[in-house]
Amino acid sequence: MSASLATVSYIGATILFILSLGGLSNPESSRRGNVYGIIGMTIAVLATILGPRVSGGGIAWIIMAMAIGGSVGLYAARKVQMTQMPELVALMHSLVGLAACTVGFASYIDPSIEFTGAEKTIHEVEIYLGILIGAVTFSGSVIAFGKLSGKIGGKPMLLPGRHWMNLVGLLLVIWLCREFLHAETIGGGAVPLVLMTFIALLFGVHMVMAIGGADMPVVVSMLNSYSGWAAAATGFMLSNDLLIVTGALVGSSGAILSYIMCRAMNRNFISVIAGGFGTGGGEAAKPGEQPAGEVTPISAVETAELLLEAKNVIIVPGYGMAVAQAQHTVYEITSHLRAKGINVRFGIHPVAGRMPGHMNVLLAEAKVPYDIVMEMDELNDDFPNTDVAIVIGANDIVNPAAQEDPTSPIAGMPVLEVWKAKTSIVMKRSMASGYAGVDNPLFYKENNRMLFGDAKKMLEEVLVAIMA
Amino acid sequence: MPLVIGIPKETYADEKRVATVPDVVEKLIKLGFSVSVESGAGEGANFTDDSFVAAGATIVGDAAQLWSSSDIIFKVRAPTSAEVGLMKEGATLVSFIWPAQNPELMEQLAARKVTVLAMDSVPRISRAQKLDALSSMANIAGYRAVIEAAHHFGRFFTGQITAAGKVPPAKVFVIGAGVAGLAAIGAASGLGAIVRANDTRPEVGDQVKSMGGEFVPVDYVEEGAGVGGYAKVMSEGFQKAQLETFAKQAKDVDIIITTALIPGKPAPKLITAEMVRSMKAGSVIVDLASEQGGNCELTEPGKVVVKHGVTIIGYADLPSRLSRQSSTLYATNLLRMTEELCKTKDGIIDVNMDDEVIRGATVVKDGAITWPPPAPKLSAAPPQAAKSAAPVAAKKSGHGHGASGPMPARQLAIIFGVGALLFWLIGAAAPAAFLGHFTVFVLACFVGYMVVWNVTPALHTPLMSVTNAISSIIAIGALVQISPPLLEGVQRPGFWIGLLAFIGIVLTSVNMFGGFAVTRRMLAMFRK
Repeated sequence: MSASLATVSYIGATILFILSLGGLSNPESSRRGNVYGIIGMTIAVLATILGPRVSGGGIAWIIMAMAIGGSVGLYAARKVQMTQMPELVALMHSLVGLAACTVGFASYIDPSIEFTGAEKTIHEVEIYLGILIGAVTFSGSVIAFGKLSGKIGGKPMLLPGRHWMNLVGLLLVIWLCREFLHAETIGGGAVPLVLMTFIALLFGVHMVMAIGGADMPVVVSMLNSYSGWAAAATGFMLSNDLLIVTGALVGSSGAILSYIMCRAMNRNFISVIAGGFGTGGGEAAKPGEQPAGEVTPISAVETAELLLEAKNVIIVPGYGMAVAQAQHTVYEITSHLRAKGINVRFGIHPVAGRMPGHMNVLLAEAKVPYDIVMEMDELNDDFPNTDVAIVIGANDIVNPAAQEDPTSPIAGMPVLEVWKAKTSIVMKRSMASGYAGVDNPLFYKENNRMLFGDAKKMLEEVLVAIMA
Repeated sequence: MPLVIGIPKETYADEKRVATVPDVVEKLIKLGFSVSVESGAGEGANFTDDSFVAAGATIVGDAAQLWSSSDIIFKVRAPTSAEVGLMKEGATLVSFIWPAQNPELMEQLAARKVTVLAMDSVPRISRAQKLDALSSMANIAGYRAVIEAAHHFGRFFTGQITAAGKVPPAKVFVIGAGVAGLAAIGAASGLGAIVRANDTRPEVGDQVKSMGGEFVPVDYVEEGAGVGGYAKVMSEGFQKAQLETFAKQAKDVDIIITTALIPGKPAPKLITAEMVRSMKAGSVIVDLASEQGGNCELTEPGKVVVKHGVTIIGYADLPSRLSRQSSTLYATNLLRMTEELCKTKDGIIDVNMDDEVIRGATVVKDGAITWPPPAPKLSAAPPQAAKSAAPVAAKKSGHGHGASGPMPARQLAIIFGVGALLFWLIGAAAPAAFLGHFTVFVLACFVGYMVVWNVTPALHTPLMSVTNAISSIIAIGALVQISPPLLEGVQRPGFWIGLLAFIGIVLTSVNMFGGFAVTRRMLAMFRK
């Protein structure tokens, strides 16, 4: 295959990738979109292998490597549970990051491509940046994976003077870059390159360690973005437009997702990345500021009665539903209620769960039809006409303090206005406050009922009572 | 000794209904009662004495004998004073009574020391729907109103294009979308007419649509739902707006069917003489409220009159004009009432005043007047709670992305300035080859931006996994490193590069295959 033919194939692959992302604009076209992506990838890989840059001797190695990686990937894709999707995605980000590093190093020690003057400098900067982004992505994603899977505690780890540490790290990286560019030999440049990689790895670890569990949607989408930029940097390094375009697509996708997540929490992107929550202006709620009023408990049987008498029901799922693996029970309840002519819908907050769209995937897994799963903006106005709103394992995203109390740390964050429903029922294990450490005045509202207990167990009891 | 249920022949002029039908007689006997039917009671509804006998009833030839021998009397119309005089002391009467309109009858019944359950006083709650005779009669009245209108209307209902010319469809306007109104809408649209309807309760708009009608709202804001599923009296301002709406409709439509009733009050006058005059000649008005004085000023109760070229039908006995159907439904309502009264199925009734339905229906209990019952509290649409205090306005984010407004000009200028500086720096320093790639990069960022904003939030997780899969394109970097065709004489640490590239390919193919496979798995789950 000639070089021109390979380039044309790359253009085709690029178009297919764009179509693939475009297909995700609705669930109907998304399946075809995924097929476009697969075709695009196949074309890109085949064009490369059959192209002028790969000689016959490597093909056996390539097939072997792809067989190993492919079978691991397919196995993971088949085995992963939908509640574990955030972990899997984080892990995959780390692989992209690591691959960017290996390609960067290999490119650096490869003397077969010679540049001179400004081109050489640019090429080396590209290598340096590619490895830097790749290393941060790798270590950050590994930590994110650990946090999401519970192997590392979810609490933000705040080292003293962490902003200074980051700054020193950044200056060191810039200085090392200078050293790297001035190195005469490959061996001489390797030292600053390896040192920089080490610092980048530390930086990635430190960055994600400082971010708390509920900010994970931002981190996961940010790492998604980084993995794209890593690919783009690799593309510059290898002068390959396909990599640049794909990397840019992925990078901007992740950046937009991060932006959406931040907006949904009314947080500044910088402050999320800088870590911690409420450490700057808003201190955690003082003990004296407990909302007045009493909490009214309710039993599973009473919940079932309320549901059966209702005409409109909105279910607001949160991370608690994913933890309890309760989505199938939720679906059973939903289908029974719908069979009785009750209008049941789901209200999804953009940051519900641990990654963007997490709840949608869980509900889809439980066979909930996607046309009753609504976004926050689509049904927030409908709460006053809703008879029962059920909150399953969510807290901050339904906290009325965000609207009513300007001093609250989450003031201004858009929330689902469940308290405007005639009755709201909150399923919760105990009275502990949410991730933000803010007490939730919703629990004390007159029209709110608390259903204490494990979400799955309680929902099963509700289901039994509904069927009876 | 089982109680005897007696079914007298209706004595009211032209009343063709009967309070039970043979099918129901069988079920009453199964409940443990014996049933006596006056000879000829079912004639008007085409049920012969023989068919009642076949169902297990006894035929009694004489009305006086039937009244005095029965423990329970089932009737359609309220009894006359002569009939009340025939009743056994302590007996039970189940019938339409209209206690508000018939205070004398109530006194007589009380004096006779009987128990009376009024089918018109059954509370309108979900549990009592099966014995709601008003609804079943109203349903028939609505249907029959359309049939009567069609009978007097000189044209087709449905539009047709024939060889002899085009026939426009009839336009029907229904006032009041209660049970009768909805039945009329259904019947008229079934015949092919264009149907519009109005009601003071805006929430019935969907029901009107479901029956094939178009809801015509009154352009005036007021909540019209009263307690117990009925409409309430509206304010003067509303009534004025309402009449204007009706006047406009009257000029346009061919048939008006009015069903507006307010409990315990004379029917509201909704169609004025002026509106009748404005209607096309040959139009028809069916006034289902004629017994309560009529919704149309020119209605003459019980009669069909032609005024200003418009036929005004004021029949008060529409259900009776469909006697077989209405008897069957009414008999079933009575059967359900009997089941409520006789939960033990042993032929003994128990008028349980703690039961909300029975309490509501019982207007005389053992000689004491128990009407009106305590007000019913349940309604389909509970009164709205007071509006809560205005919440703190949600802060709008100031960035120019997505749905929020454009960013301020100053901010925009700064961003453009920084961008221009960056581009100048790059342009000044970078070689041409780099700029080509840089162009591609910047454009790709914009394409990504545009495409990704279109992704529905529900698919954000699949978006991440598919971008994950796509970012495995880094594999190409590793592929070209593993064994490039070398120029002569170039020394290359082949082992190390090969190893790194091999690792790179393994890592990226995990993503490549795993990413697409898991995306596919997820997307397959999204279904309607």
